[in-house]
Amino acid sequence: MSVLSSTVDPASETFATNRAALLDLLEQHDTEVAKALAGGGEAYVARHRARGKLTARERVELLVDPGAPFLELSALAAWGSPFHVGASIVTGIGVVEGLECVVIAHDPTVRGGTMNPYTLKKNLRALEIARVNRLPVINLVESGGADLPTQADLFVPAGQIFRDLTQLSALGIPTISLVFGNSTAGGAYVPGMSDHAVLVDGRAKVFLGGPPLVKMATGEDSDDESLGGAAMHSRVSGLSDYFARDEHDCIRIGREIVANLNWRKLGPGPSRPADAPAFAAEELVGIASADLRVPFDPLDVIARVVDGSRFAAYKPDYGTSLVTGWASIHGYPVGILANARGVLFMEEAKKATEFILLANQTDVPLLFLQNCTGYMVGKDYEQAGIIKDGAKMINAVTNSTVPHLTVIMGASYGAGNYGMCGRAYGPRFLFAWPNSKMAVMGPQQLAGVLSIVARQSAESQGKPFDEDADARQRQAVEEQIERESHAFFNSGKVYDDGIIDPRDTRTVLGIALSAVHSNVVEGRRGYGVFRM
Amino acid sequence: MTTPRPITKLLIANRAEIACRIIRTAREMLIPTVAVYSDADAGARHVRLADESVRLPGNTAADTYLRVDALLDAARRTGADAVHPGYGFLSEHAEFARECLDAGLTFVGPPPDAIAAMGNKVEAKARMTAAGVPVLPGVTLDDGTGDDALDAAGEQVGYPVLVKAAFGGGGRGMRVVAEPAALADAVESARREAAAAFGDGLVFLERYVTNPRHIEMQVFADTHGNTVHLFERECSIQRRHQKVIEEAPSVAVDEALRARLGDAAVAAARAIGYVGAGTVEFVMAPNGEFFFLEVNTRLQVEHPVTEMITGLDLVRLQLEVAGGAPLPPEALAPERHGHAVEARLVAEDVPTGFLPTSGRYRALETGEGNVGGVQVRVDTGYESGDSVSTFYDALLAKVIAWAPTRDVAASALAHTLRRARLHGPRTNRDLLVRTLEHPEFVAGAIDTAFYERHDPSELGRPLADSELVDRLAIAAALARATSARTALAVPYGWRNTAPGWVTTTFTGDADRSVSVRQARDGTWHARVGDDGSLHDVALEPERLQIDGVTMHVSVDRLVGETWVDSEHGNAHLVDVSRFPPPESSSDAGSLHSPLPGTVVRVDVAVGDTVHAGAPLVVLEAMKMEHTIRAPHDGVVSELDVAVGTQVETGAVLVVVVVVAEAG
Repeated sequence: MSVLSSTVDPASETFATNRAALLDLLEQHDTEVAKALAGGGEAYVARHRARGKLTARERVELLVDPGAPFLELSALAAWGSPFHVGASIVTGIGVVEGLECVVIAHDPTVRGGTMNPYTLKKNLRALEIARVNRLPVINLVESGGADLPTQADLFVPAGQIFRDLTQLSALGIPTISLVFGNSTAGGAYVPGMSDHAVLVDGRAKVFLGGPPLVKMATGEDSDDESLGGAAMHSRVSGLSDYFARDEHDCIRIGREIVANLNWRKLGPGPSRPADAPAFAAEELVGIASADLRVPFDPLDVIARVVDGSRFAAYKPDYGTSLVTGWASIHGYPVGILANARGVLFMEEAKKATEFILLANQTDVPLLFLQNCTGYMVGKDYEQAGIIKDGAKMINAVTNSTVPHLTVIMGASYGAGNYGMCGRAYGPRFLFAWPNSKMAVMGPQQLAGVLSIVARQSAESQGKPFDEDADARQRQAVEEQIERESHAFFNSGKVYDDGIIDPRDTRTVLGIALSAVHSNVVEGRRGYGVFRM
Repeated sequence: MTTPRPITKLLIANRAEIACRIIRTAREMLIPTVAVYSDADAGARHVRLADESVRLPGNTAADTYLRVDALLDAARRTGADAVHPGYGFLSEHAEFARECLDAGLTFVGPPPDAIAAMGNKVEAKARMTAAGVPVLPGVTLDDGTGDDALDAAGEQVGYPVLVKAAFGGGGRGMRVVAEPAALADAVESARREAAAAFGDGLVFLERYVTNPRHIEMQVFADTHGNTVHLFERECSIQRRHQKVIEEAPSVAVDEALRARLGDAAVAAARAIGYVGAGTVEFVMAPNGEFFFLEVNTRLQVEHPVTEMITGLDLVRLQLEVAGGAPLPPEALAPERHGHAVEARLVAEDVPTGFLPTSGRYRALETGEGNVGGVQVRVDTGYESGDSVSTFYDALLAKVIAWAPTRDVAASALAHTLRRARLHGPRTNRDLLVRTLEHPEFVAGAIDTAFYERHDPSELGRPLADSELVDRLAIAAALARATSARTALAVPYGWRNTAPGWVTTTFTGDADRSVSVRQARDGTWHARVGDDGSLHDVALEPERLQIDGVTMHVSVDRLVGETWVDSEHGNAHLVDVSRFPPPESSSDAGSLHSPLPGTVVRVDVAVGDTVHAGAPLVVLEAMKMEHTIRAPHDGVVSELDVAVGTQVETGAVLVVVVVVAEAG
């Protein structure tokens, strides 16, 4: 397989500009993530600790194997919303007793670990990742239940959490709940629907209704311990399988449960040499465009991500605005589709379709590296059937059954987002670089379109067109779209699984690929590979 | 008695390093060897090295290595025609030597009469006096000596007086008395101790020399009338009369003195018709005046220093002489070159009062060989993977360094000991190193009171200071990190939302908490404690780099523990579990009812002492009787039920507390 060379000049002005801009964005990102890491703030964390409790992240750190990687997901969930960054919950892929698991931990220092609509979205996404990749789930439970002011946006859809948990069990995917505190009302069904439950003595409270509610409902006098304490559930109701003396004991038992799952990954292990790329990952921050109008060569990215920088290009001379080819990452074979010059033409769409079909023939996971401004528009292209060719590609992406991983390296506009396996197309994992933008189209284009439509409308109605108002309107729309296409904004909406440092791309993809191979890796068969 | 004949098969009635030492030479001489071993020594190094071996059932010395009948039987069963007794055990038992000869075996040692003559210290002294060998003024005390006679004896000898057992050795039963008032008590207790240890309560008094040096002469005699000495050894570094460091030659002996010592030693050997290897021990005053102490009628532990300065193989000479050959010319006119120092590496815990330690040594590696004109020799009965038991003495190895000069030999020995990989129970290594590097030792200003002036528990404290322990702990943490088996080659402890520090808390030789993290480019950083400064670090095989400075380290990482060795010190660091033992919600020792039922029997009352497994309470539920038993030894501190009490599941029935042992 040929080894890529580099076209990057680290001494160039473009490189320096990109690097400065990217490092600035990463610093902003760290600042936002720090808010999530800080939980509910010093006072709440101190109060929590004073009760002899560990924080959500401390619980996670104690649960996972020392030294093993932990890929946190959706760290910026709820960014740009009225809720705390991180959405009062920690989710991620962690290694427990050598097994990759989905870890879901409530952060009780943020408004008691209550669930708001973003919490729900993030929680459900973690459960989805567990389901599609067949990863055991470990819930670290301590939540005050629903954030009551937002119950209207929450109560009905939140039922899916319990549905997902038991569905995972039906699929043979183990579910474990370690209960450190409140897990009441609907929350009681988290341990209730899990295969394994461990409750901490004197701390876990698992009941449908607490003492006041019981008093109101039946007049009975009761207390927390008799209604839902660890001792009661471990010895009387049997809801708890293990009685944990304290939090450490609970986590220790949780790890023991995982160790005894007799779990086997169904996908193949790494089969290629997993040697490091020939070029420094550090240079990726100088390659990624800060100004998305400037395209960059995706081969320079691939050369810094794939094993040994080895890449076998597929149809290198056809549809050259899209790079396709075979490589491996951390030993796992992948097929890569990467936008080279933004636009997808008919050739690119057909090439992508064939490539996706080939990957399905050979059970090779696909990696989409997005920097896409959309499918080409214009009379010539419409008449030549760009819709039909784009449809082929979207059809292939949709019905492909090999695992898809998507990294948004730059632009993600229009139907390009769909064809290049955006969120709606179910990639197993989707990560974004901090410089990336995602929207139906670019801010100037969208504002311009609105302006043209308004001008035409005025003309057809014979009304005068207010140029000043139009300019103000264009400016406002541009600003709105700029804001809404920002990577943080989309990450806040849980449209991705997190923003990653471009320099960590290989590591993140390695962890993701390892995780997806927990499930069967099998392409769709039926028709042969259509030659477009 | 039979006439001497060449040995065709040699049984070694000993164990550990000396058995291995003898086998080495026997093998060079193409003499097949037979080892004997107790149950505890099954598979020991001397057994592995020997051509054949015979089990001596049991573990105690009395049941095994001291069983004359079993040893003779072993020789008979294997066809051995000679017995080498080594040192200790039966090496100085005239009766054993005699029985060997009676059984037609060659005894590699002096004639039984010579052993007997020297075994009784009182008799030995009389014979030496007669032979003109200088002896300390002394008086023998039999059981009937009255107080007046005792006072007179003390005066005759002169204070300070040493009270010692007439039989036995090894320092047991010895007491120094500074003034007449304390004499009677010392004699009485020496008698008791001697009677218990040696079966004979005969004691004697002699002059005690202050600040004496222990000088001993190696002698050798053959059956052809030759008796020679092979120069002196100095063994002044002793702790409670146990030699710790020995050397040859002595800095306190010049040629003239050496000649006088040699003449005295040869005269002593001749006086008792000595044959084979022997040692005449002298006590030497600071002015060079010396007095006969005793003759050791065997090969000494410290014989290697003599071998290294003379180039002779004393075991070979022993076997040749026992086989009837005359001493060879190189022994008859011995030459000496350079200086040799021996250190006795012992499995013991020096700072806690020299308690013997025991257990398995995962690694037991002391550098051996010839580097830059320095020769290092290691005589040991153990290899990596072997265990030291508590049944016998805990001498792990003798490490001997030879160099042209004493300074170089001593520092080479210290260096070798510093770098030794001793991964197992504690040893006296640190004491040996500090002694060898002590200014008084380096200056040769030593005497047998060295450890009275310099507290051995202080000299024996760990070589690694706090700052070095920090570095060794960093090496251990890095070894843990780099030995982690991970499916993916991603940075250790990688996190996408936090810096990814991985903390290991160590205990063991020192308590340290070390955090390490691996950067994206694979480089490592480390921090000791929560607020320690940040270091750039790297661990390569045998090397640790901290902030650009590289030092030699050797790291042996196991599951949950790490051994780190460097030439400046060593540390055994044990990982502290991330999961401490859980806090208890109920009183420890509470016994709960496993199911609802009725108490039908109560076997104990509050305050009773119970043993693990003892029945305490019997419950009846659903027609079955369930016995609640004591989970551990302890005392019943609480009893909440009586016959007829109805109990629910989880009810506390009885509490058994563990009582701390008195004292």
